[in-house]
Amino acid sequence: MGNLSNVPLSYYLVLSGILFACGVLGFLIKRNIITVFMSIELMLNGVNLSFVAFAAHWHHLSGQIFVFFVMVVAAAEAAVGLAIIIAVYRTRETLNVDQVNLLKL
Amino acid sequence: MLHLPLFLIFGLICVAGAINLLVQRHPINSALSLVVVMASLAAEYLLLGAEFVAAVQVIVYAGAIMVLFVFVIMLLNAGEEEHTKGSRVALLLGVPGIAIGGVLVAWTLLRHSNTAAVQIGALPGPPKEVARLLFHDFLLPFEVTSILILIAIMGAVVLASRPEAIVRRLRRGEPTQQPEKHELAVAGKER
Amino acid sequence: MTPNPYLWLIPVLPLAGAAINGFFGRHSSKKAITTIALIFPGAAFLLALFIASRFSSASAPYYYDLAQWIRSGSFHADFSFYLDQLSLVMLLAVTGVGFLIHIYSVGYMWDDDGYYRFMSYLNLFMFFMLTLVLAKNYLLMFIGWEGVGLASYLLIGFWFVKDSAASAGKKAFIVNRIGDFGFLIALFLLIKHFGTLDFTALFSKIQSMSPENAGVGLLTSIGLLLMVGAAGKSAQIPLYVWLPDAMEGPTPVSALIHAATMVTAGVYMVARSHVIFERAPTAMTVVAIIGTLTALFAATIGIAQTDIKKVLAYSTVSQLGYMFMACGVGAFSAGIFHLMTHAFFKGLLFLAAGSVIHGVGGEQDMRKMGGLRTYMPWTFATMGIATLAIAGIPPLAGFWSKDEILWRAFGVNWAYWLIGVVTAFITSFYMFRLMYLTFGGEYRGGPAAHDVKHQSADARAMHDKASHGGHGHGEPHESPWVMLGPLVILALLSLIGGFVGYGNRFEHFLATAFQSPAQEAVHEATENSVEYMLMGVSVSVAFLGWILAYLLYSRRPELPGRIAQSLGALYRAVSNKYYVDELYALLFVQPVVEGSSAILWKGVDQGVIDATVNNTADAARHTSDNLRHMQSGNIRSYAGWVAAGGAIVIAYMIWMGVR
Repeated sequence: MGNLSNVPLSYYLVLSGILFACGVLGFLIKRNIITVFMSIELMLNGVNLSFVAFAAHWHHLSGQIFVFFVMVVAAAEAAVGLAIIIAVYRTRETLNVDQVNLLKL
Repeated sequence: MLHLPLFLIFGLICVAGAINLLVQRHPINSALSLVVVMASLAAEYLLLGAEFVAAVQVIVYAGAIMVLFVFVIMLLNAGEEEHTKGSRVALLLGVPGIAIGGVLVAWTLLRHSNTAAVQIGALPGPPKEVARLLFHDFLLPFEVTSILILIAIMGAVVLASRPEAIVRRLRRGEPTQQPEKHELAVAGKER
Repeated sequence: MTPNPYLWLIPVLPLAGAAINGFFGRHSSKKAITTIALIFPGAAFLLALFIASRFSSASAPYYYDLAQWIRSGSFHADFSFYLDQLSLVMLLAVTGVGFLIHIYSVGYMWDDDGYYRFMSYLNLFMFFMLTLVLAKNYLLMFIGWEGVGLASYLLIGFWFVKDSAASAGKKAFIVNRIGDFGFLIALFLLIKHFGTLDFTALFSKIQSMSPENAGVGLLTSIGLLLMVGAAGKSAQIPLYVWLPDAMEGPTPVSALIHAATMVTAGVYMVARSHVIFERAPTAMTVVAIIGTLTALFAATIGIAQTDIKKVLAYSTVSQLGYMFMACGVGAFSAGIFHLMTHAFFKGLLFLAAGSVIHGVGGEQDMRKMGGLRTYMPWTFATMGIATLAIAGIPPLAGFWSKDEILWRAFGVNWAYWLIGVVTAFITSFYMFRLMYLTFGGEYRGGPAAHDVKHQSADARAMHDKASHGGHGHGEPHESPWVMLGPLVILALLSLIGGFVGYGNRFEHFLATAFQSPAQEAVHEATENSVEYMLMGVSVSVAFLGWILAYLLYSRRPELPGRIAQSLGALYRAVSNKYYVDELYALLFVQPVVEGSSAILWKGVDQGVIDATVNNTADAARHTSDNLRHMQSGNIRSYAGWVAAGGAIVIAYMIWMGVR
């Protein structure tokens, strides 16, 4: 099996890519707003993984710092986004993303 | 020595959780599988030697954000998804698009990128080093993000509260609907 | 050449009058307008007389460079004025007759609402005509040329609310423009080959060239093109059609512009260009032929007209033909002589016709006139003198000038002479026909309504004051003295004006201008007996015409009607002016109108330009309509677009990275 103590960087990146792709798919397919939102979080996680992997690869800690900030922003975004969802639910009485379409022409 | 198998195991758990998120119909199931994804990602971070990040991942992401999600799901009593008409564009353009994009990226990465290996613990990621970086080089973004969180809190409070409640609080003495008991106690008025 | 610093004042004075009346006349009193309108042309006339009195062949010609205009490389054209014997004759005729007609117009147009406008236009016309006559180069002359065309348009269409008047003005201007096109091409040729348009410089260059006897060369082309311009301005075949229609304008306009001065501009121009024509025999022949044919053609039409002004209009065309005949056979001074006498008697004829029309309350159809000699004796007398003059009965002015032309034409080709004599017969006939119909017999018209051109109650007061007492309103009446005065003066000139030509004095006078001593010598060598015989023929022909008119319109007035009936189609053709207007409409006007409407309007303007604009707008609308569907409000479709776009960008980046 080769040298098992070494994992190539590209494997991490591929995993990150798969997570990201799943996030996008979820965003496109799912009908529940909350699930859509969770897909966004999944995307962010995928990106975090690739940041950390690169930080390890280049031996530079600022990748991890960036992950830190991404998490902070994700938290803020989650809070505000869920508040919006609650407000939308109050007025529209539905969590179906297709029915939140008042911004059409 | 066990680096690669560990990576593969946790990677598979990640992917399984992600796919489960897509497949499940009830949002609570999706939320829980997302928690699984985050936990296994924390393990991946540990494999990469990022201890602090792994801890923060578990505490903040899985422990706070996902809890928030679950709270909201339960608050709104979200049921199973209905089957309504989706978006043609999303299905026709988006799904193939991202699929192809993902395949391209993967192929590129595997074929062409530098496959230098990353060893366990090769890069020290102790909190001390992270903190040093955080409070010296990245001090400004750090402070700014704290303000960002503050704004997010205020926004969340405003958005999620009932509009009538705000109006009532603004114009004390003009109730537009039957006030709740605890609000009466706060206002100090008897009806 | 000596400089004369007063030359430029002569055209500019009427211009000042036109400007003052034009800008301030609307709110001025009629007295003020009249004063302004008469002072400036009067001053110009006095100045012209003053210069004429000082004129001597020793110091002539005069010139004056007013201002620089065009300096382009080696080509110069300036605002320069020039006065030699030829322009002096024209100058005196224009200012003199013009001034008289100004006075007449005061009476004729007094009650018109546009009185100030009329006077302003009249002064403007004087300015342009004087510029034309006094110009020292072709370009300045062309300004005057175009300007008189403009003034003619403005004045013909003076009562522009009448459709026929507006159309007549338009027609005059457009037909003139066709002639001007030829003039312009001639100017371009002159510039190209001689580099200058100044008369003295140009003619000295041309004088060294030899005559083009073989075929068509440069000078012949220039001459022919100049003739095209002259034909347009002076109403010769084929561009005469505007002149009869121009009778829509007020009668003073017809007198001044379409009899005495503007239409003579073509003759003046040809005479001025004699240096060119003398070296282009083909062009001269063409000029002569056109003039002769026009003279005959127009005279025949004149026999059958019933509108008094139309008869005079065709008569003008015919007499202009005589002048061109004269120029065409090389008798330039004879042509100018006839121009001068024609200004006298034709101006008089028109003014008298105006007086008649005024007196019978606006009626212009001669069939409804008659017997006016008792009602309007002064008009009758003066018009009679003019008729004698135009018929060529000695010793009035017309006889001398017309006879001179016929004699010189005979010397070149007897065919010209013959046609000229026939035309003289016809001229005499239709002029006396006019006299008998208008003044002879009994009055055939209804009660004279007030002249339709008078628009206020002042008219009645004026008439009562000025007319012979006792005539009520319902009868024709004599015109006021402000109108009769010029008639009398012109009648005097028609009587004695011919004597300037006696003994070739006129020709000698103009000889230095024309520098043609050789031809003079030739003519003096011709036998006097031939000359007297020809004179006798033309006089007898004139009397024959008179007698025929007398027979047909005085003794047996029912005959003309019967003759017309029996001639049937021929008569109808003549009375409809040989359908030339209809022919032109068919050949030129209709195609242009149709083509313009179908191709330019519907095809280009609507189909291309409008369509482009509209289609652009439509395309924008359709595009935005289709793009609108992107904003469906559906979050997932937005996400789909984003993902697709993102995929494209990623693919591109990978491709760039891999390369």
